[in-house]
Amino acid sequence: MTDITSSTAAELATLIQTKKASSVEITTAFLDRMESLNAKTNSYLHIDRSNALEQAQRADQQLAAGKASSPLHGVPIAVKDNLTTTDAPTTSGSKILEGWIPPYDATVVTKLRQAAMPILGKTNLDEFAMGSSTEFSAYGPSKNPWDLDRIPGGSGGGSSSAVSGHLAPIAIGSDTGGSIRYPAAVTGSVGAKPTYGAVSRYGLIALASSLDQIGPVANTVLDAALLQDVISGHDPHDSTSLPNSLGSMVTAVQAADIKGLKVGVVKQLSSDGFQLGVKACFDDTVAKLVKAGAEVVEVDCPSFEYAVAAYYLILPAEASSNLAKFDSVRFGLRSMPEGNPTIERVMAATREKGFGPEVKRRIILGTYALSSGYYDAYYGSAQKVRTLIQQDLAAAFEKVDVLITPTAPTTAFKIGEKVDDPLAMYLNDIATIPANLAGIPGMSVPNGIASEDGLPSGVQILAPAMQDDQMYRAASIIESLYHAEWGAPLISRVPNLEVL
Amino acid sequence: MSEITPDLVRHLASLARILVTDEEVDQLAGELAVIVDSVAMVNQAVSGDVVATSHPIPMVNVYREDVILPSLTQEQALSGAPESADGRFKVNAILDED
Repeated sequence: MTDITSSTAAELATLIQTKKASSVEITTAFLDRMESLNAKTNSYLHIDRSNALEQAQRADQQLAAGKASSPLHGVPIAVKDNLTTTDAPTTSGSKILEGWIPPYDATVVTKLRQAAMPILGKTNLDEFAMGSSTEFSAYGPSKNPWDLDRIPGGSGGGSSSAVSGHLAPIAIGSDTGGSIRYPAAVTGSVGAKPTYGAVSRYGLIALASSLDQIGPVANTVLDAALLQDVISGHDPHDSTSLPNSLGSMVTAVQAADIKGLKVGVVKQLSSDGFQLGVKACFDDTVAKLVKAGAEVVEVDCPSFEYAVAAYYLILPAEASSNLAKFDSVRFGLRSMPEGNPTIERVMAATREKGFGPEVKRRIILGTYALSSGYYDAYYGSAQKVRTLIQQDLAAAFEKVDVLITPTAPTTAFKIGEKVDDPLAMYLNDIATIPANLAGIPGMSVPNGIASEDGLPSGVQILAPAMQDDQMYRAASIIESLYHAEWGAPLISRVPNLEVL
Repeated sequence: MSEITPDLVRHLASLARILVTDEEVDQLAGELAVIVDSVAMVNQAVSGDVVATSHPIPMVNVYREDVILPSLTQEQALSGAPESADGRFKVNAILDED
């Protein structure tokens, strides 16, 4: 039998279904590894062994009674700490919510419970998901299992380091400008942002409501598809939830055929500004696709040039409004100044103490972008850029089924390298942001190791809105071209954390 | 080009209900000036006749049946409050006494 903690979620599900291993055995193996290694990776903010084991026990009992709740029945999972859980604190990486136990479960958490997937713990993130390195977490950065001195990406660096370090077989992330895909790319794992509205965001602590989407972080494309099928679907609790089903992503993966696949390479995201090794990996992906019979053409998306600028107006604007709820009244921290202060002074003192520097920066930037006299010039123009990006994408998707780009401009950078330079940090998401602005699905799949630093690189696949199945099809094809060469997923090459 | 002055930062912070020190104001003014100069390029991209997109997947009039569904109890809703009394959130005075 293969080692449990290095197995894919699909392999673990098979072990459970064929009674070769129980959910309790598998969950125990991960908990043991988490307890010995989380001090090194800081992937988890909260681990509750007995609660996870109780859930695993229930999954085993259900299976013994002949009831399999989902294709991932009994497979344990890590959940990003910006999803509410009634049985675990939910901090969103912020001191302002330290110790808060929400009174309701996020819909995605409810779906995981219904699917009999034990929750291993809550994973670290940049405070309120604002960042691309986890260095803005109030609880310290997570570390990249490939090199513990480097960032695991962000904001979902807890989930990406948990999956790539084999501290979880699979995890939940959220993606506002790349927070699933960027961490996946720099840790050699797979991450997917579904079409906006495909997965309910009820119980996701909102960052920017017109951009946020929940999705899977996984070892393989099939694992991601299995999880997306579990968590997606209409939810009346989320008014942006799509009314229609997008079909089965597992079916799309299993039926994936390169015949007739048309792939567009985005001109604006394939040349300047990418690390040489990342560019070489991307060129190799293109060559592999051509060799295997895909039709590859270059497509022009001129408005992508404005995507990062538009994003850093829309996101702070929406975030400044969403984060107004942290007002020292209904939940979280209350900091009381001396004397008999008014509530307004209590709020200001609480938000000063509870929010970290990046959150304050973005709230104040958003307040500026929305203030009278600037609204049209900034927020209004940024929303028009969204329209232009959608038009560019619509024209591109008339010619091709999917678009590909490198997911990240560089491999994982060193902790501390960019933390004092907000603008440099913002550019990490240059390739991932357009998908959020346009609402389309995007996914990152490992495509090799950059020769100059030995660190993983990822290729991003974009598909038209609602056509997540096309994205999974192309992702599966690309993955299989690499697995044929490597013989195993890239993360099987992660260094042995026990001796680091 | 940017007009992010320390006074403007102080005003924005007070609108956003965030207490800031003079040192933070100076730092934020510098950082925000750089960011604003960089994002201001969105103006160059658009002309007047481009429609704004506020929501990526258009949806209108999301209704549900008008039926009473289970919701949080008063106790649950107050469970995370820093202070509550008589089944309500308790806060300091809204207005100064003087």
